Amino acid sequence: MHPTGLPAAAPTGTTRQRKWPSKRRIPASQPGMTDPHQLFDDTSSAQSRGYGAPRAPSGLGYPAASASPQATFLADPMSNMAMAYGSSLAAQGKELVDKNIDRFFPVTKLKYYFAVDTVYVGKKLGLLIFPYLHQDWEVQYQQDTPVAPRFDINAPDLYIPAMAFITYVLVAGLALGTQDRFSPDLLGLQASSALAWLTLEVLAILLSLYLVTINTDLTTIDLVAFLGYKYVGMIGGILMGLLFGKIGYYLVLGWCCMSIFVFMIRTLRLKILAEAAAEGVPVRGARNQLRMYLTMAVAATQPLLMYWLTFHLVQ
Amino acid sequence: MAFTLYSLLQAALLCVNAIAVLHEERFLKNIGWGTDQGIGGFGEEPGIKSQLMNLVRSVRTVMRVPLIIVNSVVIVLLLLFG
Repeated sequence: MHPTGLPAAAPTGTTRQRKWPSKRRIPASQPGMTDPHQLFDDTSSAQSRGYGAPRAPSGLGYPAASASPQATFLADPMSNMAMAYGSSLAAQGKELVDKNIDRFFPVTKLKYYFAVDTVYVGKKLGLLIFPYLHQDWEVQYQQDTPVAPRFDINAPDLYIPAMAFITYVLVAGLALGTQDRFSPDLLGLQASSALAWLTLEVLAILLSLYLVTINTDLTTIDLVAFLGYKYVGMIGGILMGLLFGKIGYYLVLGWCCMSIFVFMIRTLRLKILAEAAAEGVPVRGARNQLRMYLTMAVAATQPLLMYWLTFHLVQ
Repeated sequence: MAFTLYSLLQAALLCVNAIAVLHEERFLKNIGWGTDQGIGGFGEEPGIKSQLMNLVRSVRTVMRVPLIIVNSVVIVLLLLFG
């Protein structure tokens, strides 16, 4: 069982001076966790036993097992050689692509954000809609790297935002269809508009984090994940608006806006206001005040955008 | 909703162009944003103004050549396709 590719090295760990409190480490041998460095369950052992014989010599073992008319064709040494050459060329090409894709597209880091399971998704959706009773918002760490989302409900993931975005586009199409305003290019327009707002938000937050010189371990992908959680509330609002008209829409949207506001503040507080959050006491001081304002501003734009992106869909 | 990715790209290109045309001697020095007036030693707090000045200076240095290329391409495309 080999550990799958984790994010290469915790990006902020050694070089910057760490000012935030020591992270909560889970004991290395926790029952119920197979191997914390492994993002996904290893299901290959069951398969490889079944498919071992025909799969391993990828093309060369095949002619030995096939029926006679094909056997005569494939026993021809020239085509044997050609098949071997072709398969080795394919393997080389695959190796090359795998080596170089990591330079342009951080695939291994992305894998971490999709390591979720049903229980996590259920709990996280519940947390997004009702964050008021949750006590402990800190992300668990395992030897300096964050634990995969399936083991820690506070970890950000990209599965829910991605699915919620696609569902939002589809529900927007449904809403437009019920009002006879639908046409296929409007779907693309909705998707593009929501993506453009998301990009703008991410850029604005990155710019303000840079200007106020906050050293956080909040990566860009983390930020995209947190900003993508509002699509869940938007979907709820639109669906209620379809079923119960404007009253239902405003009620559900108001509730989801409040929940997202509280959720963002409690999550970002730990990332941006690291030192103050450790004691749990609001500390006075120009820097901390600026950080608090930034957190508030980020959390406040979420309800605004939720309203802006959905009000034109509900009549 | 007219806010698309394409208009975001256009806005970004225009903003970067705007930062790139700020003249160092005639303008930035006169309002106190010159690159030699900013650095305040190795104190812990760079401050927002010096961060902004750093940002302007780095954008101007890094984006000069790519902007030439991107602007030419966009001009040609807009002339051809309106």
